[in-house]
Amino acid sequence: MSQTIVTPIGANAESEHLDAIHQENPHLAHHYDTPRHQYEAGKLGIWIFLVTEILFFAGLFCAYTIYRTERPEVFNWGHQFLDWRLGGLNTIILLTSSLTAAWAVRCAQIGYRRALIVNIVATIALAFGFLGIKYVEYSHKFHEGLLPGHHFAPSEEAWEIESFRAKHPHAADLAEALEAYQASREKAEKSGKAHHDAKAVEGQIAPVVPSRLRELLRNPEATQPLVDIGAIRNPEVEPQEGLLRPKYAHVFFSIYFFMTGLHGIHVIAGIIVWIWLLRRTIAGHFGPKFFGPIDFGALYWHLVDLIWIFLFPLLYLVS
Amino acid sequence: MTSTTTVMNSPLTGKSSASPPSFDGARSDSYLTHDRGLASWIFTLDHKRIGIMYLIGVMTAFLVGGVFALLIRTELFFPGRTLMDAQTYNQLFTLHGAIMVFLVIIPGIPAILGNFVLPMQLGAKDVAFPRLNLASFHLWVLGALFLVLSMVLSAADTGWTFYTPYSTTTSTAVIPATFGAFILGFSSIFTGLNFIVSIHKLRPPGMGWYRMPLFLWSLYATAIIQVLATPVLGITLLLLIAERLFQIGIFDPALGGDPVLYEHFFWFYSHPAVYIMIVPAFGVISEIIPAFSRKRIFGYKFIALSSLAIAVLGFFVWGHHMFTSGQSVLAGTLFSALTFLIAIPTAIKVFNWIATMYKGRIHLDTPMLYALAFLWVFTIGGLTGIFLGTMSIDVHLHDTYFVVAHFHYVMMGGSITAFLGGLHYWWPKMFGRTYDEKLARIATGVVFVGLNLTFFPQFILGARGMPRRYYDYLPEFTHLHQLSSVGAFILGAGFVMTAVYLIASLRRPINAAANPWGASTLEWTLPSPPPYYNFHEAPVVTAGPYDGYEDLIYVENLQGYVPRPKDGAEGGSGVPPEKRAEIANTSKPPGVREPGVNADGDQSDSATETQKPGEEA
Repeated sequence: MSQTIVTPIGANAESEHLDAIHQENPHLAHHYDTPRHQYEAGKLGIWIFLVTEILFFAGLFCAYTIYRTERPEVFNWGHQFLDWRLGGLNTIILLTSSLTAAWAVRCAQIGYRRALIVNIVATIALAFGFLGIKYVEYSHKFHEGLLPGHHFAPSEEAWEIESFRAKHPHAADLAEALEAYQASREKAEKSGKAHHDAKAVEGQIAPVVPSRLRELLRNPEATQPLVDIGAIRNPEVEPQEGLLRPKYAHVFFSIYFFMTGLHGIHVIAGIIVWIWLLRRTIAGHFGPKFFGPIDFGALYWHLVDLIWIFLFPLLYLVS
Repeated sequence: MTSTTTVMNSPLTGKSSASPPSFDGARSDSYLTHDRGLASWIFTLDHKRIGIMYLIGVMTAFLVGGVFALLIRTELFFPGRTLMDAQTYNQLFTLHGAIMVFLVIIPGIPAILGNFVLPMQLGAKDVAFPRLNLASFHLWVLGALFLVLSMVLSAADTGWTFYTPYSTTTSTAVIPATFGAFILGFSSIFTGLNFIVSIHKLRPPGMGWYRMPLFLWSLYATAIIQVLATPVLGITLLLLIAERLFQIGIFDPALGGDPVLYEHFFWFYSHPAVYIMIVPAFGVISEIIPAFSRKRIFGYKFIALSSLAIAVLGFFVWGHHMFTSGQSVLAGTLFSALTFLIAIPTAIKVFNWIATMYKGRIHLDTPMLYALAFLWVFTIGGLTGIFLGTMSIDVHLHDTYFVVAHFHYVMMGGSITAFLGGLHYWWPKMFGRTYDEKLARIATGVVFVGLNLTFFPQFILGARGMPRRYYDYLPEFTHLHQLSSVGAFILGAGFVMTAVYLIASLRRPINAAANPWGASTLEWTLPSPPPYYNFHEAPVVTAGPYDGYEDLIYVENLQGYVPRPKDGAEGGSGVPPEKRAEIANTSKPPGVREPGVNADGDQSDSATETQKPGEEA
């Protein structure tokens, strides 16, 4: 006979039993039999949602991988502009917020409402802290003209940055010497042009490569960092070209802003979720019998945290 | 196969004594009349109402996309300018493609038929997350509005694929169109998520994985693709929008970007997406064929698992769209070979359907006619897919009408035909009304003829070198183009006819039996239309979804099937089925069936009447 047989013996008793469960649990939706049933469905749902989130970001990680493999110097160059201390601080902040989120779940499960509220508030506060630091970083970059793609117009070059100088003093010296040499060349060229005497210009420039510059160019400690960031192509080459910026340097900031921006939107979404959960907590919805939403919110929050844990080294700690 | 208990098909149930009164009350209180007013529909959490709203929305989009298609075919009736200028033509074929893909076929079967049927086939009261389900629908509407916005501003002229760098440089409104597609992607993801969790968590007692109806297997496979592939489309379209807004240089070669990367990203979603379109169609066909062959499905496990195989393999073949995009020969060869593999699970399904019909007692009602049409056109569409998957042939046929004909045979001939079959199959369940069977069969024929006349000439056009998306063509292609255009209008007429008799059926009183086709999945145990909460308690499943057709008998004045009474097993047995049906009939609440109108009046216009009684024997 067909698939089904409805209403087995004792069905009335069964249905009364289910009705009683539903009356006891106001948050149990009508299409679930027990709170546990509802919780398990929710858990599976949130995990699948997290999978879609991972795939959503996977497109960006894929683009990152392709561009970094094709043009490593762009990434070496670009990351000089990111402050690993701010990024590291933000990593600590997010990790702490994951701790408070996990703690909130535990508090909900054992019914500590006051501690639950404290933990949710702490999570929200830490999320705002993260965004605050991100705001400082972003506004600094806007100010410096470190914008994505077409709008990219940096006011500073990578070798002029303090952190670069601190890390690679010889390379910074070389960059300085190259810049001075470049300036003197340009000056000579100008004066040569003024005298309409191309031959004189050539004669003036060629011998002026200072001995200190030659010495630095022989020192791999000085040249290698500049090669890595694409500022000089090849230390063997005569220094006539001066310093360069890698051709597609702006792609780094496209990827940086897109990835951190999308992550930031997820943080904002997380804050909205936590505020909603806080309201429901204050209204007394959660306890040992019903804590699903807190659990699912925290799982989402851990994923946001996890994505940052990948973004931080990939963008800030490249070498 | 059978069980000892009483109650099966509601018209017959002597249920009043066995079940709580609230259930009987619910019977007169169908989901259609449970609440009234527009807001009770727009904000409903009921999966059945959400399915009906999708039906209205998707069919509206189908009308718009269809009108665009007819405009395109009219323009192509003569070489040179016929109706519109070239720019308008480019915008129209872009809109036609975007609407039909994102608004119609992708949500078509899962969101309309899936939403309506899935919880009932599971014996559940609703999908796992009703609110999310409603949100999916609202996102669908929002995405559709963005496509309309693009139309109002200046419709995109990029083709539905939005290939860079043209899409980042054209002056038309690409951003609203792509943002619309982005939102529609999330609508699709949430539907898929809902279905996966529902199938995992809401199956009733006794329904193991291999007792699930094949429609559910196909929806499950589809949902996996929706959940895993669609996010990649989302991020791709976001990057495209950012490229246009901020010139970020990811896809734009002028800024160091890679347009082929866009193609990879796009097809990483959009190839699996063609299985989002066709796999649920397989599910519908797998429901229709056994029911109308009165025979258990052949090769259940093969059909079930081949859906999953297609879903998995579908992720590894996207490169066959890019044989001419500068892909390496090695990559092309691998993608070509993987593409051939897809033919295996697909052919398994077709062979099993045919084996199911073999020696069955085939009833040529409208759903079955659509299923047979599907077998014909889908086989042509699938086979030409193998041609196109062959790298050396594709280099010749790439971007010609051959490709257009192939994917229309699969999407239009496959998905839409199966959708129409499913719609006719579940229509009595949805609205509790039967449609005019004679007109329906004629319309099926018109659609079938129109479909083949429209798209078959396009194979020849393509093989002779007519490129797709061209506004103008050489005079020697005129006759084939004109045949195709005539076919398009025949097809359009078939759809209009279908819409007319289906809508007209809604004016009839409620007259459909609970189980008009004699199918044995759970949704047919509910009255037509079903009550608001479907099942009061989860039914207990004791047999497979296609078992026991022989235990269902046709009752003429009910226009439907009821379980064969078990001798002596029930109280009041010994009454012949016809008699019992009459009792059930007259004892029905007046809201369900107006006495006097039902029995005789409706029988006379059912064309199936003559052949059905035969099988009571």
